[in-house]
Amino acid sequence: MAKIHVTTTINGAPTEFLCDPSQTLLDVLRDQLGLTGSKEGCGSGDCGACSVTVDGRLVCSCLVLAPETEGAKVETIEGMAKGDKLHPLQKKFVEMAALQCGICTPGFLIASRALLERNNNPTETEIRYWLAGNLCRCTGYDKIIHAVMQVAAEMRESAK
Amino acid sequence: MTDIQFKVAKTVREAASLMAAAKGKGRILAGGTDLLVQMKAGMVTPGTIIDVKKIPEMVSITETKGSYRIGAATPAAVIGEHKKLRKAWPGVVEAINLIGSTQVQGRASAGGTLCNASPAADSVPALVAAGAIVTIQGPKTRRTVPVEKFNTGPGKTILKAGEIVVSLTLPARPKTSGDAYLRLIPRTEMDIAVVGVGVSLTMKGDTCVSARVGLGAVAPTVLLVEAAAKALTGSKLDAKALDAAANACSAACRPIDDKRGTIRYRTKIAGVLLRRATAIAADRAKGISRPAHSQQGH
Repeated sequence: MAKIHVTTTINGAPTEFLCDPSQTLLDVLRDQLGLTGSKEGCGSGDCGACSVTVDGRLVCSCLVLAPETEGAKVETIEGMAKGDKLHPLQKKFVEMAALQCGICTPGFLIASRALLERNNNPTETEIRYWLAGNLCRCTGYDKIIHAVMQVAAEMRESAK
Repeated sequence: MTDIQFKVAKTVREAASLMAAAKGKGRILAGGTDLLVQMKAGMVTPGTIIDVKKIPEMVSITETKGSYRIGAATPAAVIGEHKKLRKAWPGVVEAINLIGSTQVQGRASAGGTLCNASPAADSVPALVAAGAIVTIQGPKTRRTVPVEKFNTGPGKTILKAGEIVVSLTLPARPKTSGDAYLRLIPRTEMDIAVVGVGVSLTMKGDTCVSARVGLGAVAPTVLLVEAAAKALTGSKLDAKALDAAANACSAACRPIDDKRGTIRYRTKIAGVLLRRATAIAADRAKGISRPAHSQQGH
């Protein structure tokens, strides 16, 4: 089967890869590009562990075909910290213990960042609806929601 | 998943030609939220996957004299962010925005949902109430069909070989109109409708001068309930008219009986949701802003 040559930008870096026509973006990220931060939970778009953004839009990378990303800008969890400097959400998740096993964490972080980029003053309800497509079987969600609220509050404070 | 071809169509005609050339093994890729799940489950094995998201007509929303044309592959999130469309057709937009999670909203489309042909699709009852027209492109010709005639059964549509859905058109209507969509699910989000009701009304003062009602998840296809619309039209939406319309919705139900809702329950709820959706649509027609579902991050 002929491979498809795809030229894309991942976390700001021009990236090329060869993929099968029916290979998902998640599989290429993990198995070919070594970007294993995005996790495969369900593989059917229900759990959000594979969340990335494609051209700024939050999606499940398990439900995106890799060839679709030709010319697109993909952002994954690996691009969230700048060197050793954690993103405020990452920092707050650690501080407030908003994770346990960690499998869902990359997806929650990417999804939370996408929310705060659109709305730096979300209500608790808005956060819970926005993150309804990210499943966590450890934390019971409260710590995650509170961490996102706290980061939003700090973002608003520093924007003053 | 062997020997699958991946094609990117640049025009609607090209997409239709690729579909025709695939001889029944072609699958249109819009958001992929149904297609990829079905492929992974082994339910479908496409010969050719045809990505239509590089076709401007299929991923844009345009307004012409109050009528809105929504490209069939436009992501639900993009539809939800379109302020003018949300103001003109709040019921349609909120129905489309109820489908799946934020991640799914980033990809799923109204056209794809329609072609997936689930009787419980949230978008479809609202589109039926709105009187949406489906534009279909074949290898040679274009045709249009009212949305309530598009699905013929669970997973089944009127599309012939080589035909694809290009767009959905919502007609222009008087300013004193409003629409709403309500569904019942056992949870607060991320679930499939047990019953869904879309209502679109035009008011003249306190009198309803025209109405359309779409009813989902209670029959093999989403239903246009003309008897309910007739009961509302010409009335002041008084108790008698609402009783008659609710009864008409319950009478139209031919639901399945399953763990998510019994026949009796679905039949009763159809009438309850009709009353509630009508009240919201009527308020909106009078310019009173009404949220339907407690929602949402945008």
